[in-house]
This record gives sequence, structure tokens and C-alpha cells, in this order.
Amino acid sequence: MLRVSSNPVVDTVVKLASTAVIMFAFVFVVMVPLYNVLCDALGINGKTSGEAYTSVQAGVDESRTVTIQFVATNNEGMPWDFGPSVTMMKVHPGASNDTVFHARNPLPRAMVAQAIPSVSPSRAAAYFHKTECFCFNQQPLDGDSSAEMPLQFIIDRDLPSDIHTITLSYTIFDVTDMVGGSIAAR
Amino acid sequence: MGDHHHGPAKGLSRWLFTTNHKDIGTMYLWFSFSMFILGGAFAMIIRAELFQPGMQLVNPAFFNQMTTLHGLVMVFGAIMPSFVGLANWMIPMMIGAPDMALPRMNNWSFWILPPAFLILASTLFMEGGAPNFGWTFYAPLSTTYAPPSVTYFIFSIHVLGLSSIMGSINIIATVMNMRAPGMTYMKMPLFVWTWLITAFLLVAVMPVLAGAVTMMLMDIHFGTSFFSAAGGGDPVLFQHIFWFFGHPEVYIIILPAFGVVSQIIPTFARKPLFGYDSMVYATAAIAFLSFIVWAHHMYTVGMPVAGELFFMYATMLIAVPTGVKVFNWVTTMWRGAMTFETPMLFCMGFLVLFTIGGFTGLMLSIAPADFQYHDSYFVVAHFHYVMVAGAVFSMSAAVYYWLPKWCGRMYNETMGKTHFWISFVGFNITFFPQHFVGLAGMPRRIPDYALQFADFNMMSSIGAFIYGASQILFLYNVIATIVAGKPTSEAKTWEGAEGLEWTVATPAPYHTFETPPQVR
Repeated sequence: MLRVSSNPVVDTVVKLASTAVIMFAFVFVVMVPLYNVLCDALGINGKTSGEAYTSVQAGVDESRTVTIQFVATNNEGMPWDFGPSVTMMKVHPGASNDTVFHARNPLPRAMVAQAIPSVSPSRAAAYFHKTECFCFNQQPLDGDSSAEMPLQFIIDRDLPSDIHTITLSYTIFDVTDMVGGSIAAR
Repeated sequence: MGDHHHGPAKGLSRWLFTTNHKDIGTMYLWFSFSMFILGGAFAMIIRAELFQPGMQLVNPAFFNQMTTLHGLVMVFGAIMPSFVGLANWMIPMMIGAPDMALPRMNNWSFWILPPAFLILASTLFMEGGAPNFGWTFYAPLSTTYAPPSVTYFIFSIHVLGLSSIMGSINIIATVMNMRAPGMTYMKMPLFVWTWLITAFLLVAVMPVLAGAVTMMLMDIHFGTSFFSAAGGGDPVLFQHIFWFFGHPEVYIIILPAFGVVSQIIPTFARKPLFGYDSMVYATAAIAFLSFIVWAHHMYTVGMPVAGELFFMYATMLIAVPTGVKVFNWVTTMWRGAMTFETPMLFCMGFLVLFTIGGFTGLMLSIAPADFQYHDSYFVVAHFHYVMVAGAVFSMSAAVYYWLPKWCGRMYNETMGKTHFWISFVGFNITFFPQHFVGLAGMPRRIPDYALQFADFNMMSSIGAFIYGASQILFLYNVIATIVAGKPTSEAKTWEGAEGLEWTVATPAPYHTFETPPQVR
């Protein structure tokens, strides 16, 4: 056993105090990344992939129709008008689908927003492939202007057969302060 | 070295600067009792509000502050320091050591505790009120929606966490290095064993709690987003981190109680503890399992089925070592020459009521059933059966058991038994009906409730007032014993008591075991 001091009491104390420090660091260094990795790997929490999906030609399954519902929420204090152009679509697994969300910044100053997606039921998250999404990037918008934000997605043909409806929810957050410097430079 | 044989210093400086384990133990015990009274007062406000449906006495915002502070003060201010006090008093005397291994740090770990709770209590008078997010302080309630006083709350958690870590390092250093010659690990009294394991749990998880509140602090003041989805964080992460601390925490509270009961039952059954080795292994097994069951507190957050099953089975597994302990205590009493003095009564009350709390725990561990029980009064009933009838009853038993050794005076047996029976009856009137209202759907932490719960809630409140009053009797008993109890100088207060602490004079001299005893 490693001995850090010839005095056994000091030896015990140093080891225990180091354990305490390591456990404190463990929370920040291990638990947070581990949690994110697990959520990604297990597809829980309805988190969809943050990167664009490269489609594989597997054909469209026209025998099945899945209802996709779109929900948009503003985070606390976010003043934008933000919502889907259609609230519901009926799609076939394997087919590529397009829709847009519209956003309007009613304030006189430029802002930056970030949309965070969540899929329900969370089991469906792994089968909801986005080939293009405004949520991949932060969305800057000048004061008193509006924009159409595109979304392109494919529902995987392997979607479990008991899932008939998928809800895709976006919450939009004001991240202007977080990107502060870069917006002024733009 | 000349100052080795002096007695205690005079006046206030004795207590401020003392490095004597008995003085520090005494201060811990009195401090925890005052916190017990404070937390109890909060509980009385809660029960008075719930006496009848509708809003009666306090507004909902204040009610939430009461449930939060009641939990925090009882867990961190009353139960944990009381067992640290007991450890300070008894561990050196039980292992034949002259004092704790680090006496000056011992002084410090006590004296940072009162300021921590002063800060926490002062939040009551701050603008926006005290913390109101429950003792589990789930984000975002405790971050985005918290009152401004949350920063003071975080600081007080840091300080009391530091105190716990220093206290446990001291206990481990003492037990590992200062045992009398011949006192091997497997000859240590079980109270020392359970505290040794508890101290390891504390060193491992108090930093995790400190980490959780530090993350909250950063989210609130420094623009990070650990628990905020806005910046890619996740509030569920908070629950994982909190319960990674929180589940070992409940064993931190109950393991020393197991130790106390394992000392007292053999004394009054006049038989050695049945299955000493298995008790040690069961304690270690419980400690290990406590690290892999945390998510059973959060079955409803939307875990994968595999996760629910893992945490369900792992949690049920804890019933095995706990059952070993309960059966060993029962078997110790089997065919013993039993007498029923106050400490024994409290231990038997512990045994019966803790087992009930264990069974409701088993019910809660069943993931599919937990969806009904979650966040209901059933949970409140469950953890009060293990925290109050477990930890607090065993603490009362410990005080009656060792008080004659501490102060050289005998408590009044009739008064002690009266305290037990009022506590026992009051406790059950308070918490047993809460099982029923919980199963019927009454949520916890709620200032008003549906009319069909009215009768059981009134019953609960009456029981709580009885139980609360019985603790005033406890205070009276202790003070009356210290001031005017019948003097006793028998080294062995109890006929059947075993262990080194009963070999020193009564009352225990200021310095004991300056030359280590030889243990055979």
C-alpha cells in the first residue's frame, strides 16, 4: 500500500483528503460528460443527434404513415414569435420531408437564438433523422425582422411499429449574452 | 509536555478552544439537540397548517420554506451532528485511545457548524424568504426559480459539508491508528465499525454534494448551464448527482444507529451480539450497495426500462444485508435474560418501527408500483419511519444508555419510560395514517389538501404535537439527570454491559486511557 508519510495519522489524513478532492472533481470531470455520453448512446431524454444525417437510399415505405406533430415553446423571457408553419404532417418512413419554422424578432436590437429539440416518445429519437435543421446552429436575427428557418428530416424505416405519432418539440432560448462579443463583430 | 494532567479550562474559553474529545462530543450533542428543537418547531408549523384543509395559518410560500428548512435542519443539523457527537464521546473510549487522532481539527469541525446553520436560519429573514425548493433542492427550482437567499444556502451547505468531511477524516484516522494493543478490527465494538464505514461514505459523497451546489452556484451567478437546457444542460442531471450523494446519505444517517442498537441490545439481553462477523459484513455490503441504487429516487424521470429494472433489483438486494442485521438483533434477544430499561425500550421500538419503514422501502423500490407512490405522503411516512424511529429513537436510546457514564448521575427510570411511551405512541399516531393518505393520493409538500384526507391529517397533527411535546420531556429528563440525578460511581452502569468504556471510572474522567489498556 502506498505510504505518503511515515506518520501513520498524517498518511491516513492525506489519503482521505485527496479522496475528498478527487470525489469533488469527479462530479465535474466525470459525471457530466458521462451523463451526456449515456444519454446519446441510449437515446434517452428525447435528444436527437446534433449533426446532420447523411441519408441512405433505402426506399420509401409507403405502407406506413406516421404523424409528426410540431411544438414550439419560448423559454422564459424570450420575446421572439416562434412557431411551425404547419403543426402536423403525415409522412412515410424513408421519405425526405421539408417544413419551415418562422421566427420574428420584435425587439429593435439584433439577437441570437438557439433552438433545443426534444422528441417524444423518447424511444423515437434515434429514428428521427434530421438532414438539415436550424437547431444545428445559433440563429442570429436583426432587430424587427423575421426569418424562415428550414427543417428537413427522414423517419427511419426501422421505427418501431407501435409508434404512430412522434412529437418534435423545439424550445427557443435567447443566447445573445452568451455569444456577446461575436455578434458585435458581425 | 507539562500540561498533560490538567482538567478543563475555566469559563467560555474551555468550550471555544477545547481539543478534548469529550467536550467536543458534548458540544455536538447539545448543538444537534438545539437543531432538533428548531427543526421540530418547523414541523409543528407544518402540522398546524395541515390540521384542517384550507389555508389556516401560513401562506403557501412560507409553508414551502418550512418543509425545506425542516428537512435540511433535521438531516444536516440534528441527526448527523448528533451521531458525530456520539462518535467523539464514545469511539476513543471504546477503542482505548486517549483522544481523537486530530484534536485541533476536531475543534474546528465543530465550530464551523453553528455559523453554517446561523447562515441557513438567517435566510428566513431575507428578502424573498428562505429556500423553498424542498431539502432535495431540485434544479431548476433551486436555480432559475430560486429566491435570492439560495446563495446563502449554497454557502452553508459548503461549510457543513466541510465540517462533515473533517469529522469523518478524524474518525477514520482515529480508528485506523489509535486502537489499544490487541484491539484488532474484528474485536472492535460494532458502533466503531458502523462509524468507520459511515465515515468512508461521508468522505466519498459529501464532496459530491459540494459539487452539486457548486454547479448550482455557477448556473445562478456565472452563466454556466449544467442544469439548464438553454445552454445544452439538463435538469435531470441534477437529480442524478444529488441522489448519488443522497442515497449513501441515508445510510450515513442509519448506520451509526445500527451501531448503537448493536451495543445496547446485547447489554439488556445479557448475551453477546449474535453473528458479530455477519453484522460487520452486512454493514459493508449495505455501504457498497448504497452507491449503485441512487436512481430508485427518480423512477418517474423517464429512464429506459433496463435502468428501472437494474435499480429496482439492486435496491431490493439491500433488504438482504438489512435483514441479516434485523434477524441478528432478534436472535440476540432470543432466550436472553431480558430487562426493559429505557435504552432497551427505545431499541425495541427502533427494531419494530424501523422494520416497518424497511418494508415500505421495499414497496417503494418496486419501479412499476412507485409511479403511484412517488412524491406522495406514503414516501413521507416511509422515510420518517426510518429517520425518526430509526435514527432519532436510537439516538435517544444512546443518550439514556451512556448518560450515567457521561455525568455520573442516573436518570429517572420512570421518566425515561414515560418519554419512550409518549414518543412511541405519538410517533405512530403521526406517521401511520400518512401511509393511508399517501396511497389515496395526497401529494407531499402541499399546504392544502382535498377534503377526504381531513380526518387522517388531523390525527397526524395531533400525533405530531404529542411527539413534539415528548421531546421537551426528553430535554427535561437530561437536564434533571445532570443537575439532580442520583449520583452513581459504578464503572459498569448496566449489569450486562461489555466494552472498554465501562472499565473507566464513572463519571468518565476528563482524560481516559492515557496509557492504553491491553485487550485480550
